[in-house]
Amino acid sequence: MEGLTLSDAEQKYYSDLFSYCDIESTKKVAANGRVLELFRAAQLPNEVVLQIKELCGAKRLGYFGRSQFYIALKLVAVAQSGLPLRVESINTVKELPLPRFVASKNEQESRHAAPYSSDSENQGSYSGVIPPPPGRGQVKKGSISHDAVQPRTSTDQQEPASPVVSPQQSPPASPHPWRKHNRHPSGGNSERPLTGPGPFWSPFGEAQSGSSAADTVWSGHSPPPPQENWVSFADTPPTSTLLAMHPASVQDQTTVRTVASATTANEIRRQSSSYDDPWKITDEQRQYYVNQFKTIQPDLNGFIPGSAAKEFFTKSKLPILELSHIWELSDFDKDGALTLDEFCAAFHLVVARKNGYDLPEKLPESLMPKLIDLEDSADVGDQPGEVGYSGSPAEAPPSKSPSMPSLNQTWPELNQSSEQWETFSERSSSSQTLTQFDSNIAPADPDTAIVYPVPIRMTPSKIHMQEMELKRTGSDHNNPTSPLLVKPPDLSEENKLNSSVKFASGNTVDGYSSSDSFTSDPEQIGNNVNRQRSHSGTSPDNTAPPPPPPRPQPSHSRSSSLDMNRTFTVTTGQQQAGVVAHPPAVPPRPQPSQAPGPIVHRPVDADGLITHTSTSPQQIPEQPNFADFSQFEVFTASSVNEEQDDEAEKHPEALPVEKSSDPASSLRGAKTESKIEEKTAASAPANVSKGTTPLAPPPKPVRRRLKSEDELRPEVDEHTQKTGVLAAVLASQPSIPRSVGKDKKAIQASIRRNKETNTVLARLNSELQQQLKDVLEERISLEVQLEQLRPFSHL
Amino acid sequence: MAVCIAVIAKENYPLYIRSVPTENELKFHYMVHTSLDVVDEKISALGKALVDQRELYLGLLYPTEDHKVYGYVTNSKVKFVMVVDASNTALRDNEIRSMFRKLHNSYTDVMCNPFYNPGDRIHSRAFDNMVTSMMIQVC
Repeated sequence: MEGLTLSDAEQKYYSDLFSYCDIESTKKVAANGRVLELFRAAQLPNEVVLQIKELCGAKRLGYFGRSQFYIALKLVAVAQSGLPLRVESINTVKELPLPRFVASKNEQESRHAAPYSSDSENQGSYSGVIPPPPGRGQVKKGSISHDAVQPRTSTDQQEPASPVVSPQQSPPASPHPWRKHNRHPSGGNSERPLTGPGPFWSPFGEAQSGSSAADTVWSGHSPPPPQENWVSFADTPPTSTLLAMHPASVQDQTTVRTVASATTANEIRRQSSSYDDPWKITDEQRQYYVNQFKTIQPDLNGFIPGSAAKEFFTKSKLPILELSHIWELSDFDKDGALTLDEFCAAFHLVVARKNGYDLPEKLPESLMPKLIDLEDSADVGDQPGEVGYSGSPAEAPPSKSPSMPSLNQTWPELNQSSEQWETFSERSSSSQTLTQFDSNIAPADPDTAIVYPVPIRMTPSKIHMQEMELKRTGSDHNNPTSPLLVKPPDLSEENKLNSSVKFASGNTVDGYSSSDSFTSDPEQIGNNVNRQRSHSGTSPDNTAPPPPPPRPQPSHSRSSSLDMNRTFTVTTGQQQAGVVAHPPAVPPRPQPSQAPGPIVHRPVDADGLITHTSTSPQQIPEQPNFADFSQFEVFTASSVNEEQDDEAEKHPEALPVEKSSDPASSLRGAKTESKIEEKTAASAPANVSKGTTPLAPPPKPVRRRLKSEDELRPEVDEHTQKTGVLAAVLASQPSIPRSVGKDKKAIQASIRRNKETNTVLARLNSELQQQLKDVLEERISLEVQLEQLRPFSHL
Repeated sequence: MAVCIAVIAKENYPLYIRSVPTENELKFHYMVHTSLDVVDEKISALGKALVDQRELYLGLLYPTEDHKVYGYVTNSKVKFVMVVDASNTALRDNEIRSMFRKLHNSYTDVMCNPFYNPGDRIHSRAFDNMVTSMMIQVC
């Protein structure tokens, strides 16, 4: 929009018009309603109006902002002057007369224009005065000639653009006097009340424009009351000068308005009932409605049932469809019955419809049964810009029906809050639906999905732990599940040192095979790592002639395991051999019977350790491994024993595995058994039996625990089992070099043993790898299931 | 955002039917008509004693390639049928339910009108406005 420069008169005029059109004081006017009426009142061809609208940018915006409105008005003036419509003409055309609007609303505007342009003394009065909304109401009445559209603009337009609204006349309590006029007609019939406003309006228009039509309307109404009101209005603040215009004109015209033509009266009625102003129910009307209400329902606070209302309104001979629509509009609380207010609103709508007004899409605020009776207040207030007329409302109240005495005080507020009410009404209608069911909708909100417990996977953590251990060991991690395998003997020494250190630190993890770490909670990862090291350490321990001081078996991460460890770990050092923690306690090695004392101890301890490892999900299993390794060491020392150790280890492993299979997950047991079978095949069963017996009890509970903890990770246990076996096997490895120097036979035997162990370990490795894959697949499938289940929970 | 909304009376004749792309009205009318069989099937499946327990919202009646048909039946055997565009995947079940609730509320309001004779076509402007607000905004 180009900058628009307006003269002072123009500024005033435009602002008044804008306020007039800005019903909702939203600072922007919809491109319909009063604005349309205004433009129609400009008596310009439609094309010109459209062009103006486009030029001012309202089309672009969809509404008339203040600037657009001003520009539009300027263009109207330009058009009315006969100049071509150009955007540049807005500012270029000087000395442009104010736009004249002939339409009802425009009448007011024209009236305003008159004072503005004429710069009569009225201007002073108009300064800052907004086009009298009440005047508008009156205008509406008068402007019936216009379309059935109820906008006040029509009424304003009706009032001819007689600039001469002689402001001398005291600002009429325009609405009021007119209302009183309405009452004058007397409320004999329903139509009467409406005609009241009509005539009032038209006189204004006529007064303004001098149109006879308007005057005729007024003719039916005696001037005196309006004059009285006018007089009273004269006392009102100058802001009501605009109103004064109307009454003044009315007064002038009163003489002319001798005859109220029925048509004009109807028009007026229409106008009166068309817009917010028109929809206002005059006192007289209201009185009539109340009387009618009493005929149906004596109790004014009671309801009229729908059926009775239906009969009553059917008498008006309106089509059922329209009656149905009127009902929808008026039954505010949708209860199927009409209260007094609802009834009056419905009656008013019927009257309006009978007079030719179109039914609104939504209930006008003036008809809404609000807490305060708006109908009376509505008479007063038109929307914003009626500040000047605050006085008039005060005067109107007295004329109001006695039923609403208190409304007088509330009028100004009502006027100002009329928009609020409108919005409220709109909101209320929507809120009605909201309250009914939306509360039920909330629960269905997907966001309130059922919170399902997310299972915490231990496996991944354990796998991580395994990986961590593997990484730490620095060995090849071909088989993540078999960290022990990854720990070559060379690393064992490192681990051994670490483990020893850890042992010193009291890490119960030490001596616990990494497999234990797998089965243990993540919190024990560190321990597991330690265990790994310890495992590796165990192997070096085994290799090292003197097995490292027995790992502090008591330092079991798990209290329970601690106890178990202590109970089972008789010999310290050997217990460390729990390199590979068989989830099920490694069966007590038969070696005790075979191996030398320490070995015996070790196997026993190993078994115990194994059982410990099985009992303590995290660390106990490792102990047997340590024990195994220690046994291995011992066995390697004595080449002969090695074999036995191996066997013993295998047997113990097998035994506890077998035992574990009972209580523990069958899966694990099966797998371990399968593995153990291999081992057992290679080893002597004798020791196994011995070793397993003492450890039978512990493994079982351990396995149970393991099982309960690792329901999701049976594989891990198996892995641990395998690792245990592997650890045992590995443990035996280092012993081999020792035997090298002893006997060729021993060497060969050891070689054979090693080969066997290798094959076993390789097989174990493959099996563990397979288990790992299975576990991972299960994990993936579970995760997918979770994903699938999640959206469902939303429904 | 429905494509077609229909209110079917107890006797299975339409009280109100409106579709947004007005050119394919016949197709939607036919879909609604055929979906009535599915509605009856669902109603009778629960038995007569379970009227109170029966869920008003019937859910997806049957899906076609382009459209999905949802059903809702009131306790007075008045059926609401809604056809939505199948490509509108963002339309959740809850939204359908809320739309049916709004329909039900508006229908109740229409019923409350003493000038409305049950069994007549629904001409209520308020009902029309509400339905329009639910239809696809095809400008």
